[in-house]
Amino acid sequence: MTSLQNRFNPQALAAGLVPQSREHWINVLLVVGLVGAAMLAHFLGERFYVNLASRIAIIAMAAVGLNLALGFGGMVSFGHAAFFGLGGYVAGISAYHAFNMTPVLGIGFMPEGSTQMLSIWLVTLLVSGLLGLVIGKISLGTSGVYFIMITLAFAQMMYYFANSWPAYGGEDGLPIYLRNELPLVDTNHNLTFFFIAAILLLISLWLSQRLMGSRFGAALTMAHLNPVRLATAGIDPRPVKLMAFVISAMIAGLAGALYADLNRFVGTNMLSWHFSGELIVIVILGGVGRLYGPLAGAILFVLMETWLGGVTQYWQFWLGLVLLGVVLFARGGLMGFLAGRSKDV
Amino acid sequence: MTVALIVEQILNGLQLGTMLFLMASGLTLVFGVMGLINLAHGSFYMAGAFVTATVTATTGNFWLGLLVGVLAAAAIGVIVEFVIMRRLYDRGHLDQVLATFALILIFSEGTYMIFGSSPLFLSVPQELRGSVSLPFDISYSRYRLAIIGMGVLVAIGLYLLISKTRLGMRIRAGENDREMIGALGVDIKTLYTLVFALGAGLAGLAGSTIGALQSVRVGMGEPVLIMAFVVIVIGGIGSIKGALVGALLVGLVDTLGRIFMPLTLVSFMPASQAMSIGSAVSSMLIYIMMATILAFRPHGLFGSK
Repeated sequence: MTSLQNRFNPQALAAGLVPQSREHWINVLLVVGLVGAAMLAHFLGERFYVNLASRIAIIAMAAVGLNLALGFGGMVSFGHAAFFGLGGYVAGISAYHAFNMTPVLGIGFMPEGSTQMLSIWLVTLLVSGLLGLVIGKISLGTSGVYFIMITLAFAQMMYYFANSWPAYGGEDGLPIYLRNELPLVDTNHNLTFFFIAAILLLISLWLSQRLMGSRFGAALTMAHLNPVRLATAGIDPRPVKLMAFVISAMIAGLAGALYADLNRFVGTNMLSWHFSGELIVIVILGGVGRLYGPLAGAILFVLMETWLGGVTQYWQFWLGLVLLGVVLFARGGLMGFLAGRSKDV
Repeated sequence: MTVALIVEQILNGLQLGTMLFLMASGLTLVFGVMGLINLAHGSFYMAGAFVTATVTATTGNFWLGLLVGVLAAAAIGVIVEFVIMRRLYDRGHLDQVLATFALILIFSEGTYMIFGSSPLFLSVPQELRGSVSLPFDISYSRYRLAIIGMGVLVAIGLYLLISKTRLGMRIRAGENDREMIGALGVDIKTLYTLVFALGAGLAGLAGSTIGALQSVRVGMGEPVLIMAFVVIVIGGIGSIKGALVGALLVGLVDTLGRIFMPLTLVSFMPASQAMSIGSAVSSMLIYIMMATILAFRPHGLFGSK
């Protein structure tokens, strides 16, 4: 393949078949940088920074999920905190019942929770996929601002429900006394936990890459750019977008389950509209529709948050100014800056 | 369950609806005319309340404070429109959401920097303290009743402004065809600034009047903002009539739901369970209503297109 062909072949680009592209090397650099930083921090005994790296990996994973809907599918969801929070509550509630040896949700025939991450993840994927199906099915009937607002409304429903439902802590949230477990490895070890998060992040990145390189990805791109043309080609855009929304919800949910385990706590802040907003911010900071944009965005966002938070009490003020500057003057986000203008998404 | 309780709750619902209308009418105008989705609208609400509380505390005159508060909110609106918003009109919704989200952060933290983190207090003016007696032995807060009255006046004023004046004609023309009214020689930039200032002023009015009922603090605008979005989405974005109907609907459903949902559930389940389920469901009620309406009418009750 010549480079000219590659330029006009988004599938090949998305599938990473273009070895020399600058974006490819930036992507590798981002992953290696994050893993390297976590390992360095571990060997220097800086536990805080290892956990910071885990936080970046998990938030990046949630943003990878959102990017699938927002960046590739053009669905501006202002409610992805619903899935993230749901995942968190699955981990929290499961651990809570396992700790108290009571049936889940207080219903007699339900199992007594579990502290095994693998089963928690499975349940999370199932539950957040179902929620994504319901929310997506209803929301995709609308478009534009209405879509933004209806997804926000669903997330707010979850938020207020969690806030006023006393069984699982209500507005105080739910602590996880012991981090949930995986076979063979010690999840309480900071670096091990980082690697769990990083591997899941890489899997979700790989999955989006494969999806966007497939027929499905091409259909999704077209459902976003020109739905009428897609319909003319014999593919109904609605189910394609719905499928992308569901997968996006599942990835965000799984990230939420990990986040709860990282903090050993799940609270309603994971469901708040502020978090939905932050996820959008991260995706855009990194570069909309760029495969590794969410990772770049998450690294930038969390580092900025940590650094500014250390310098001034009013760090959100400066964060706001930076964001405003990015929207007004630096379109294309960090990946656009580092790796040149994006392909046609 | 007495008549008095029901009437009182309906009045409370109307008062909430009135305040939501003040917020939502500005939001919906800005969206209708400029196509801008403004998350920072709650910041004008907060700004109005803070200025009113400060001026009232220094001069001792609530009405002066209210006037200055509304004008200050409108003035901040003009500045924000001039510096930032006009760069966003031809951008996508995504950029608008992000930029105005950034503005929320700037305004909230900026207010912390200026006023500190402790809330300010604003008391109800002397003339409106106490309560009035209504038929059926009901006594109701004079101030809340005055808010409802003010809402009616604002609604009538907006109706007259939009349907009877030259400015209103231009606003309606701007909603229909932006390029055409520009081509006809209307100074569209000034029109945009005026509409934005009007919306900001109305939000400031809402914040200032509510500031006397609740404490004036950073973040007070956010719950109201989200409810106002629910209102305009239910009513149909861009429609003032929709904003009015939506505001009253949301105000009444939210207020009545919180009171009567637990009371209804008590009749067929244990009291403690009814209370927790009732409060959980009633806090979700307006969002459930919104999702249901959008599922059947994707452009809201009075939305065009």
